[in-house]
Amino acid sequence: MKHFNPGKLLLGLSVALIALWLLAPTIVVVPMSFAEKKSLAFPPSGFSLKWYENFFTNPQWFNSFITSLKVALMVAVVATVIGTMAAIGIERMKSRAGGLIRMLLITPMVVPGVVLAVGVYAVYLTTGLVGTWTGYVLAHTLLAIPFVVIAVGANLAVFDQRLETAAASLGANRLTTFFTVTLPLILPGILSGALFAFVTSFDEVIVSLFITSPQLKTLPVQIFSSMTRDADPTVAAVGSLIFLTTTLIIGLGLIFGTRKGRKT
Amino acid sequence: MSEPESSSSFSRFLSGPALLTLPALAILILVMAVPLGTVISRSFTEGETVLENYIWFFNTPVNITVLIRTFRIAAVVTLVCVIVAYPYAYAMSVVGPRLRLILIMCVLVPFWVSGVVRTLAWVILLQDSGVINKTLLALGFDKVKLIRTQLGVTIGMTQILLPFMIMPLYAVMRGIDLRLIQAAKSLGAHPVKTFFQVYLPLSLPGVFAGATIVFILALGFYITPLLLGGQQSSMLSTLVQQQVLSLLNWGRGGAMGVVLLVATFGFLALAAPFMRQKYKMSGGAR
Repeated sequence: MKHFNPGKLLLGLSVALIALWLLAPTIVVVPMSFAEKKSLAFPPSGFSLKWYENFFTNPQWFNSFITSLKVALMVAVVATVIGTMAAIGIERMKSRAGGLIRMLLITPMVVPGVVLAVGVYAVYLTTGLVGTWTGYVLAHTLLAIPFVVIAVGANLAVFDQRLETAAASLGANRLTTFFTVTLPLILPGILSGALFAFVTSFDEVIVSLFITSPQLKTLPVQIFSSMTRDADPTVAAVGSLIFLTTTLIIGLGLIFGTRKGRKT
Repeated sequence: MSEPESSSSFSRFLSGPALLTLPALAILILVMAVPLGTVISRSFTEGETVLENYIWFFNTPVNITVLIRTFRIAAVVTLVCVIVAYPYAYAMSVVGPRLRLILIMCVLVPFWVSGVVRTLAWVILLQDSGVINKTLLALGFDKVKLIRTQLGVTIGMTQILLPFMIMPLYAVMRGIDLRLIQAAKSLGAHPVKTFFQVYLPLSLPGVFAGATIVFILALGFYITPLLLGGQQSSMLSTLVQQQVLSLLNWGRGGAMGVVLLVATFGFLALAAPFMRQKYKMSGGAR
């Protein structure tokens, strides 16, 4: 960096501006959630907690939150199990077919959301899956699998397979080898895959908008319909709560992560 | 799923590790292949003739306008992302560990609020009486119409997609050996020349990887153009949704969807050779 000294100030300044641009939309939501009036004027006037109260007491909001939580937990379990299996299978195939399957499993990330949503909606209409738990979990699992395959795959790529051979040569059967050798070593990848799967489902909006029903809708769908209807600061309260929760989780993860790092 | 040629290779397929990938492939077929197949087949079957919906699509001026606009917005967003992400990722790759952690946090924090909420934040910032316009007024400038314009859509989309540009760029830049820059300088090269002849070529794989993913994601954007844009800034995804949900015309909506699919995967196929080069080059750089 010393070598570009004249540009150092300019670089620092532009980096600060970009950081502000990245952070601004997150920061702006928090004060908005304490607004007194039902408007999205910024900065908000007054202070009240009524939007938080509304979120926890209004069944429209709270039920959709519980629905999202349940769906995301189910997706985290299903996608992590299925995705981990697939990642292990791909890693062991060591052939071009493995690469092809990996590529196929990652395609849901790049398929345009609305096109996929329209297709899923068409299929769900004929199979009666619109507005059902199964419908949400299946669609979100599809979108979550790529993250699990990538996270676990990255972990497997640095995993020394001779450890499995060693365990086998010492008389462990395949199941014992998997649960006592492989699984503990790829656990970080599995856990981050599960986290990504949870977040993907909890945040998914496009497909959910198409397969939703008034009886069973997820939180992002509720947020979206509230935003298109009127200026309701409850959305900001929800955003702030999500922000607080993720900050806590990641903060704790960092604290424990660095502790672990120091020990080893 | 590829069809195995003989029964022996099929049984080998079923007994081997490929078996482990079957549940994932089953989900892929049920929830992606069949739905997309339905969209594609309906675009051909729900019309007087096989190609009617496509002929309608390409003969309707509004559709062409929106198609071009979709590509233009995606291209502008990608370009702005490259320009903005480049210095940022560079800074990330050269600063000390503590500052680096802060810079990484700034990239990740936007992900900590829900995607739809992030768009709400942009509505708050961009509206006529919003923060940006108030700042402009305070500084003595005129108000700028941001909400319900393409400019507003572009600003919002760029911020949302920026992390997808910064992360691959950073990954490549981190692998660039800075001694190469020193070497070029010690051989008497001007800093500008050093940048264009040494650093930029080495970082290009990151630019290609990031630009490809940003462009593809931008092509399919739906929520942000819908909430930040107006009639004059709707993108192809919005039209697909209108045809299917409002007009119940699955044939026309399907044809639009297929156009979007072809554009996305066509672009991926075009970019693939550059992506492959990425691995070779980054492998060489390390």
